[in-house]
Formats: sequence, structure tokens, C-alpha cells
Amino acid sequence: MKRFMIPLFLFVVLLGFLAWGLKPGYDPHEVPSPLIGKPAPAFLLKQVDSNAADFSPEQMKGKVWLLNVWSSWCVSCREEHPVLLSLSKTGAVPIYGLNYKEVRGDGGFKEPDVETPESNAAELALGRRRAEAWLSQHGNPYVLTAMDITGRVGIDYGVYGVPETYVIDKAGIIRYKRIGPVTQESLEKKILPLVKELEKS
Amino acid sequence: MNKASPFGIRQILALFLLLLIATLSLAKEAAPLAEDEVVEKRMVAISDEMRCLVCQNESLSGSHAELAQDLRREIRTMIKEGKSDSEIKAFMVNRYGDFVLYRPPMKATTYLLWFGPFLFLAAAILVLVNYLRRRGARLDQGAEGVEGALSAQEQQRADALLKQVEAKR
Amino acid sequence: MIPELGLFALVLALAVAAVLGVLPLVGAHRGDSSWMAIGRSAAQAQWLLIATAFGCLTYAFVTNDFSVLYVAEHSNSQLPTVYRVAAVWGGHEGSLLLWMLMLSSWTLAVSLLSRALPEAMVARVLGVLGLVSFGFLLFILMTSSPFERLLPAAADGRDLNPLLQDPGLVIHPPMLYMGYVGFSVAFAFAIAALLSGQLDAAWARWSRPWTTTAWIFLTLGVGLGSGWAYYELGWGGWWFWDPVENASFMPWLLGTALMHSLAVTEKRGAFKNWTVLLAIGAFSLSLLGTFLVRSGVLTSVHAFATDPRRGIFILTFLGVVIGSSLFLFAWRAPKVGLGGRFALMSRETLLLMNNVLLAVAAGSVLLGTLYPLIIDALALGKISVGPPYFETVFVPLMVPLLFLIGLGPSARWKEASVIDLARRLRVAAGVALAAGIILPFALGSWKPLIGLGVLLAVWVAAATVTDIRNRLKNSAGGKPPRAFWGMHLAHIGVAVFVIGVTLVKGYESEKDVRMAPGDTVLVGGYSVRLVGITNRTGPNYSAVVGELELSKDGRLLRSLNPEKRKYFSSEMPMTEAAIDTGFFRDVYVSLGEPVGEKDGSGAWSVRVHHKPFVDWIWGGCLLMALGGLIAVTDRRYRLKVKGVAA
Repeated sequence: MKRFMIPLFLFVVLLGFLAWGLKPGYDPHEVPSPLIGKPAPAFLLKQVDSNAADFSPEQMKGKVWLLNVWSSWCVSCREEHPVLLSLSKTGAVPIYGLNYKEVRGDGGFKEPDVETPESNAAELALGRRRAEAWLSQHGNPYVLTAMDITGRVGIDYGVYGVPETYVIDKAGIIRYKRIGPVTQESLEKKILPLVKELEKS
Repeated sequence: MNKASPFGIRQILALFLLLLIATLSLAKEAAPLAEDEVVEKRMVAISDEMRCLVCQNESLSGSHAELAQDLRREIRTMIKEGKSDSEIKAFMVNRYGDFVLYRPPMKATTYLLWFGPFLFLAAAILVLVNYLRRRGARLDQGAEGVEGALSAQEQQRADALLKQVEAKR
Repeated sequence: MIPELGLFALVLALAVAAVLGVLPLVGAHRGDSSWMAIGRSAAQAQWLLIATAFGCLTYAFVTNDFSVLYVAEHSNSQLPTVYRVAAVWGGHEGSLLLWMLMLSSWTLAVSLLSRALPEAMVARVLGVLGLVSFGFLLFILMTSSPFERLLPAAADGRDLNPLLQDPGLVIHPPMLYMGYVGFSVAFAFAIAALLSGQLDAAWARWSRPWTTTAWIFLTLGVGLGSGWAYYELGWGGWWFWDPVENASFMPWLLGTALMHSLAVTEKRGAFKNWTVLLAIGAFSLSLLGTFLVRSGVLTSVHAFATDPRRGIFILTFLGVVIGSSLFLFAWRAPKVGLGGRFALMSRETLLLMNNVLLAVAAGSVLLGTLYPLIIDALALGKISVGPPYFETVFVPLMVPLLFLIGLGPSARWKEASVIDLARRLRVAAGVALAAGIILPFALGSWKPLIGLGVLLAVWVAAATVTDIRNRLKNSAGGKPPRAFWGMHLAHIGVAVFVIGVTLVKGYESEKDVRMAPGDTVLVGGYSVRLVGITNRTGPNYSAVVGELELSKDGRLLRSLNPEKRKYFSSEMPMTEAAIDTGFFRDVYVSLGEPVGEKDGSGAWSVRVHHKPFVDWIWGGCLLMALGGLIAVTDRRYRLKVKGVAA
């Protein structure tokens, strides 16, 4: 009899795994970031504000902060925006924006075959105009927003679906990544407690 | 003699004319889309084994997603910089994790995946040989009676049943 | 009114399924003929009710009744009528109803074609099918009714996914489901045999034609799906090892094993337990496939919109049906007899080896498909298992299997002599070896895998021809039965398939070019010239059409017209490749993007593939299915058909 129980046993194990896959909130599409626990990749980018100096994560050493990847063409960014706005008003944690491919991400814009300083400057100017217009329309929760016009920094951060939000600690280590819109729930359950804990250390 | 010659002057002329027409109608050969076909080939070979993160069930080489295009460009750049395939792979894995690889890396967590099929096969063959041996031994001892219906009897009954059914036709 | 009628028919069908699932089984247990007899009429009533429900849904689609939510989501008034009918199974709810229609059709067929079988057997088989039907009907009614109303009605439907607006949708899912669901009959026969304790040759003979018929449909369904992907997706691939494809491939592998194992059980009374287990396994994998496609636990291109409630229901159903079957197996199997004696070297052993390889192959596909989920569940990270993995592990498993295909039919039952086999097949082996060495040179270049593929394909073909010749020479056994021809034709199909796969993998070439009108591109000895680009409007889309001329050695063969379509109802552009299909090769052209805006040349990016022998892949599938068909019409099984006439 025991021998003949083996198929049943294997089936029950299989059933267990399949049942696990059905647990609420499980999303096979979500790719966990390998960057967690690693230093936030360095960059030096122009800001939306054309008068401001270039921004680098280096400048944030000693602070716990959020890096939120957004864009004016991103539909779900509008969904999370009110949450970010109310968070910025509480002052619990500073939010820095990384504007991802403002111009070329829009589909309508064809990137030039050969990038020239002129074409880059024109693209940056257009991107700034669009980003500014969007921020003044929807409100600005960001301390500042860096312009990742080419999406090159996005690649270093493993961005694959805007919006994404990173929690970075005082030493410049990425501690958490939220893929998709930040919700009030995710903020209260995960992000804020983590920020509080990181502030202590 | 003259007739046997394969190429008369007329034939040669006709051939020449044909060639001329052929050259005229032969338009310009289309340019490859890629700037550098060697780089492109390597890029395709590398990205064929990677998963597009946006549409997830396409390979990076086949996807039309914006990010896939960016990443392909990034890979091309790295190839031009003289990076090796494994360096390029590491670049991708550092950013997106093992998830990006369609060919899972060989490591502790994937040993079962990679060796599983051959383990299954080895186990199945072992069980098979063992079963055939035991089966032979039991049949030698005339043990089927203990196991339930006698196979000979069973066969008879089945045959009778089948005959009965056929008779109904 | 009509949708409500459909819903009502489904509710009635549920009640009938309950009757069908209980009374005949109890009747068979008690030996009560009148209860057993209920099975037939209940099966027929159930079919009528489900066909009515299906007809109602089809009516709602054809008449553009957008007050039905499912219709509003999957159709559009501009959709051509044939696709409106096919759109019935274009989404989750309707495809389940199609599944149900198929299940009740198989049940109906059993009730009609089994008059000659013992009543207890028929009652049990119909009862088990009734229980399965009950589960699926409950599933439809509880979580996935296609008749839900949308109030107020939508002005127009959201349209069928453009990818599905293709003749492929009209035939592929019905074929596939006929196959999937058909294994339920083999399953029901196995359970009936376990319940009665009569696992004998008679049982095997009765379930063989059903199993083979289901297998034919599944073969056609999987083949059609692959062919559809080939021409529709526009990148010239034909198998992607996507979880959903794997979900149809696994039951095929086990079903193939089951067909072979049933042959041994029928002829020699051996491997009964194994055969029963395979019958349960093939149907389990069909159900598992349903779960994988509809629950969202894996990422797949084909997956339906998912809903966790559905996943939970199917999983529970899966647990109950398969769990209880395996429990029944564990309980009854130890008492099953061993069957006839055979030597270590015999056709029985070879068929058992074939079964082992097919089962291991199915197990490997299952492992690869579920591994990402398993690793994730154990919190060990997130990985992808893609085509490179499957190709790596699959080839080594298929090599011995192909070797055995050549060996099996020539080996004798009970005891075969190795020396005798070697003598009989040495010519075939020699031919195969020579072909493996020489043929690839003739086709271009010799590579180890191509040589191996050709060798194995020719081996299967040559060994098959050898066996046919021997059989015809040895007329002592009388004229070979149809089953003999069916088997050999199916094996030739395997050889053809292997040639197709090997040569297309080995010699295909492609070019990505930028073409302005007048430009040509050379690929695989063919030249393709772009004449121009025009616009065209279809019934519900607008298209850019490339006009290209295919020629070889200066001779114009035909024009090719790949399209880039934009459906009015969706943003997604669709690539319609143009394919020149030939016996020895396909030339496959797909249109990319306009790339000549800047220089005003009107150039487009175009991809041209040359695919040698690619159609042999589907030709092989067709031959396999045809072989199955011939085998099913064997005289031995024909009593059933007569049973209808009687």
C-alpha cells in the first residue's frame, strides 16, 4: 500500500505550492530588486529647476530619503500623487523625484539617431517644460526632481515600470523598493515604519 | 560541327541581353537595419536568453517595449566597449536579478531544476529494473494468486466478456 | 430573455449533472439496473441543456447584445460575424462554457456508443463524467457566468483582442479542448475500473479508442496552436515553452504514454496499475493546465484575466477530483494482478521504457513550469525558466525515445532476441547513420545536433519501413490490421516532425533590413524586392500593406503582402506576416516600422526569414493525428459504431 501512496503524496505537495501561489497579494509579475541592501547607484543629473545645481545621491548622505521615479506620461503616477502630496506635508521623510524619460518615454518622440549637444539641450528643455507644467497642475511633493532624460539612470536603478519608489538610508544604502503606485496602506504598513527605524540608527 | 557548338553568336547575345536586363532590374541591395552586423548578432544572441521585464513573456530580443529597446542599446554599447558576454549578463543581473535570465544560473537553488529531469530518469529506471525483477520472481513463485485475481483466470473472464460483447453485435 | 434562458439551462444542467454523478454510481454499486439506466438519459439531457446554453451565448454574440457583460467585453459591432461566433470562446467565461460543451459531448458520445458494454461499466463511466461535469458547472455558475447582465447596456463592445481575430481562434481552442476534455473519458474508464475492481484486458480495449480519439484532437490542437503562433505573432517562432503551451504539452506527453501502455494492458494484461495511473495523470494535467491558465499564479502571454476566487475554486476541485482518484488508486492498486509473463528484453519492456521517458519528459516540463513558483514559495528568490532550459533538458530525453520508436514495433511480445532485432534492423541503422553523416553536408554544413536529428529521424523512418516490409513478407499473420498502419503512420509523423525541427533550427536564416521601394534583400537563395507600401482598410482596422516580390534566380515567384494593422478599438498595432509556404522551405516576411521619415525615402524596416523544412513540423503533427485516426477505425473497436446503428 505504501508504494501506491507515493502519487497521492506528490500530488498533495504540488497542491500546497499551487495554493501558496493563490495567496492574496501574490504577483508573479513583480520582480524583486537585487539592489536592496546595496548602495544606491551614483548619478549626477540636471534638475527640473534650470537654475538649480546638478543633483547627486551623494548629497543625501546622513539622511533617510525617498527616491520616487515618475513621469508626466505615466498614468499610475497620478494615482499615487495625492498620497505623496499628503506625505510631503507631514514632513515625515523627504521625497526626491527622479523624472524618468520625460520626453522619449512618451512614445510620440523619436530619439535622434545621433545625439548632439544641441539635440540634448532641446530635449532637456522640452522635458523641463512638461515636468514643470505637470507639477504645477498636480502639486509638487518633491524637494527637487532630477531629470533622467535618457533613462540611463533608470537602468542603473533597475526601473522597469514607473512609478517606483526607493527608500534609501543614511549610508546611502537602498533598503526597500516599491514597484507600482505608493498607496496609503503601503505607506503606513511598510514605508513609514521602515523610515522610522532607519532614522534611529 | 557548327551546329554542335553550344554557344552560337545569337545565344551569346541573348545571354548578354539577359544579363543586362538582370542587372538593370536588380535594384540596390537593402541595407541592414543594424549599424554593425557583428555587434547585432551578438546582441541578439545575448538578449534572446533574457526576459523582457515589461511584457515578461517575450524575450528581450523580440520585445517592442520601450525598456527593451533601451536595454538592447545598452547591450550594444557594452559589446562595442569590448565587454564579454558574462560581464554583460552580470550587468543585467545586478539590476534586475536572476529573473531576467531565461536560462537560470546554476547554483544551489537551481540544482534541482537542472538535474531534476536526469534524477527523475535515473530513479525511474531504477524503479523499473527493480519492478521487472520482482515481477519476474513473483511470477516464478506463482504468486499472482495471492495478489488477487489469477491472471490466467482474469484473462479468461475478460475474453469471455469480450466475446459476449462481440456476440451482441 | 435569451441570456436568462441560457443561465436557466445551465442551472438545470447542474441538477442533471448531480443526478448523473450519483444515481448510476449507486446503481452500479447495488446492482440496480433501473438506476444504472438513468445514466444514459441523464447524459443526453445534460448535453441538450448545455448545447442550449451555448446556443444562447452564441446568439447574444451574433446579435451584438451588449447588455450581456461578457459580450460587451469580448465583441464589437464591427467584428465580422465569424469572429463574433468564435469570440464566444475568446474569454474566460465562454471558453469554460466551450469546455463544458465538449465534456457533455464526450459524455453523450459514451452514452451513445457503448451500448454493447456491460451496464455497470457504462453506469460508472457516465457517473464519473457526471461528477466532473457537476464540478465544472458549479464553477461556471459560482464564479464565471457568461450571462451576467450589464445595465445599462454598453453602446458598443470593447472588442475581441486583435491577436485573436484570426482563423486560428475559430479552430484551435475547440480542437485543444476536445483533446483536453477527451482524457476525461479515459480517466472515467480508469476510475470505473478501479471502483469495480475489474482492471482487465476488456477495460483496456474499451478505453483505447476513446484515449486515441482524445489524443488525436490534442495533437491537432497543440499543432494548430503552434502554427497559429508561427504566423500570427510575426517573429517566426513556433514554440515558446510558455506556461500555457506547456500546460497543453504535458497532457499530450502523458496521453501518448497512456496510449502505448494501454496497448500492453490490452494485449498482455500487464502494467495495469501504471496504465490507470497514467489515465489519472493525463486528466490531472489537463485540469492543472486549466488552473494555470485561469488562476494567475504564473506569468504567461495567453493567460485569461484572473480572479483569485476562480483559482481557489479550481484548486479545490483539482484537489477533490485528483486527490480522491489517487486515494482510490492507492487503495485498489495493491490488489491488481500482474498479467502475462515477459522477458527483460521484449516489446513489453521497450514500451515500458518509452513510458518512462515520456513520463520523465512530462515531469521535466512540469518541473520547469512550476519551478519559479516553488522557489518563490520557499523564499529562495525569483527566477525565470525559459526556452534555453527546456531545450537543454528536453533533447537528451528525446534521443533515447526516438531510438526506441525504431526498435519497439520490430520487437516481439514476451521475449525478443537482441541478436534477431539487430539483424533485422541493421540496414535501417546503416541508412540512418549514413544519412546523419551525409545529409547535413548536402544541405549546407554538418553540425553535431543536426547530424543527430537527421540520424534519429531517418532511423525511425527506416525502421518503420523495415517493419512494414517484414510484416508484409510474413503473411502468416494475415493482412495487417488498421491499428498496425495507424501506428506506423504516426511514427513516420514523428520522423517528419523531427526533420522539421532539426533542419529549421539548424539552417534558418533571417535578415533585418531597411528597405526603400526598389530595394532587394537576399536570404537563403531567394530575393525579395520591395515594390511599394500602400494603405488598406479592413472591416474593423486600417492597415499598411507592403508589396514585395519574391523571386529566385531571376524568376518571379509571387508577391508577398505583409501587413501592419491598427484595429479601431485598440491601440496595439498588429503584425501580419506574409509567408510563402513551400514543401522544403518558407519565406516569411514581416513589416516593421517606417524608418525613412527623415530622408524621405519611404523606407521601412523589414524582417525576412528563410525557414527550411519548417512546415514539416506541422506536417508531422498531421501525420501523427492521421495515424491515430486510422488506428481508431480498426475493426476491433468498430463494435461501438455498430452499436449506434443497432
